[in-house]
Amino acid sequence: MTGPGLLNRQRRRRIIASMFAFSCAAAATLCVVVLFLLVGKIFSEGAAWLNWDFLWNLPSRHPEKAGIKTALAGSLWLTGLTAVISLPVGIGAAVYLEEYAAVSRWKKLFQINIANLAGVPSIVYGILGLAVFVQLFTLGSSLISGALTLSLVILPIIILATQEALRGVPDSIRHASYALGATRWQTVRHQVLPAAMPGIMTGVILALSRAIGEAAPLVAVGAMAYVPFVPSGPTDQFSALPIQIFNWAARPKAEFHQIAGAAIIVLLFVLICMNVTAVAVRHFYGKRVRW
Amino acid sequence: MVMDRRSLLPNSSKKQTVTTYTMTTTEPIAMDDPTTADDAISRVPTVPVNPPIAQSENSASAEGLPSANVKLVTRNLRFFYGSVQALSDISMSIPVNRVTALIGPSGCGKSTFLRCLNRMNDMIEKTRVEGDVLLDGNDVYKPGTDVVELRKRVGMVFQKSNPFPKSIFENVAYGPRLTGINGRAELQEIVEKSLKRAALLDEVKDRLNDSALRLSGGQQQRLCIARALATSPEVLLMDEPASALDPASTTRIEDLIFELRERYTIVIVTHNMQQAARVSDQTGFFYEGQLIEVGPTRQLFTTPTEKQTEDYITGRFG
Repeated sequence: MTGPGLLNRQRRRRIIASMFAFSCAAAATLCVVVLFLLVGKIFSEGAAWLNWDFLWNLPSRHPEKAGIKTALAGSLWLTGLTAVISLPVGIGAAVYLEEYAAVSRWKKLFQINIANLAGVPSIVYGILGLAVFVQLFTLGSSLISGALTLSLVILPIIILATQEALRGVPDSIRHASYALGATRWQTVRHQVLPAAMPGIMTGVILALSRAIGEAAPLVAVGAMAYVPFVPSGPTDQFSALPIQIFNWAARPKAEFHQIAGAAIIVLLFVLICMNVTAVAVRHFYGKRVRW
Repeated sequence: MVMDRRSLLPNSSKKQTVTTYTMTTTEPIAMDDPTTADDAISRVPTVPVNPPIAQSENSASAEGLPSANVKLVTRNLRFFYGSVQALSDISMSIPVNRVTALIGPSGCGKSTFLRCLNRMNDMIEKTRVEGDVLLDGNDVYKPGTDVVELRKRVGMVFQKSNPFPKSIFENVAYGPRLTGINGRAELQEIVEKSLKRAALLDEVKDRLNDSALRLSGGQQQRLCIARALATSPEVLLMDEPASALDPASTTRIEDLIFELRERYTIVIVTHNMQQAARVSDQTGFFYEGQLIEVGPTRQLFTTPTEKQTEDYITGRFG
């Protein structure tokens, strides 16, 4: 009952242990492999169509003449406007919740709401944007409607990221500032916000890169697939990269699928740039602030 | 006289100084140092206030220190964290230009008491204060009191050094900047004077623009003292300022406290009874939210009147 039984049990345990490790490794590999397959396919289809003309041409019925000039311009406009709208509101809300609001039932309710809003599907915000900004405020299917709607989508993300960054600033810093006779505003302005800035910037950039990839809410507020001009102001009609990609990918012609791939490459490039900036900000400032 | 006292500074032999220090407490503080009078930073109080309650039962402090005027007085100070009472009826006088030490076991309320003096407890939610804290005769809890102004007059140094993640210069200049001083030359002067008072200038004068976080623990704590001095406070509250430091740095801080008492009224919370004996003129013993006994340091350590005090200082509990 002793010798062989014990050995068997040991061997079984070891096999189960290694099987588990193997499954986890396989799951991790699967994610990466699928990602590489997707990117590989997109590159093999779209890379050939990538050239200067593609970036600078207007959209067209003929795939060889079509370009993403208006869509790219629309996306840049949207991102800029969204940043202008969501940054002050999002950071302001987070500063209020973290630095000013007393612990109360209202604050808790607020907090739960924001966490839930971060999980609401973006199409819901799109419908909301259509009802409120486009129709009620009669802003029409304009850039400003799109940017306001995208701001709604990313506000919860910015608020949560900023709160997290503010919570990372140790209370001893606030106490030191108050003990020197600083007001709350002076403490926030001169100590807390600068110390939290790397975390806030990281959150903001990641939130904006979410905004730049959104298609659904823009479709709902009425972004156009075919806009033959570059928007010159916030009230103009617009297209955006994800909209353009969706439109091309939905067409039957194979060439359009390929230029959709090319547009995806551009979008991915923009996204990667933004993410690299986020990492760089964190890395650069993270070195200087260490508690 | 100043020179005499400095020569008694404890550098290696601390024990023997217990008595020497307390002997000096009965002498008036020397004001004959020529640099003191016209010094921009020093704010020697011009209106001495004689507290009306000096004779009350608990505030025996002034009795043993007849030559000292009173800077701060608490009357029946009570403090509550929610429904938990942390301080019960603390009445105490804190003499000007003296070091008052608060001792007692952990959780006895001495830090809470200290933070009542510059209203740092205001920031803790669900707390309540009753009773009076009089600074030069004015109640600091009176409605309409400018807390910001109060904290400039009553500076504070914390247990754990907490420099801002900025340069040494900016750390010290922060307080003056808050009050609107922006001239580079003026700031430079204040920063250097404060660092000098905190006995740190010689070590950092060539690297004022370096990050404060690169200083050693003891240097950081002295920087925090310099930072507190830069707003020209009248009172300096210290919450176990040396408890996180090595013995050498502790000695430096203690020497510094001894020098600072010429210009500032100091209240120090300490776990370390030897430290209280070494640096203070008056000692208060707290136990379970009550001020059990307060008196001249030598008297409290040699002939305590309360049994609990005696038990504590002889190490029978706590």
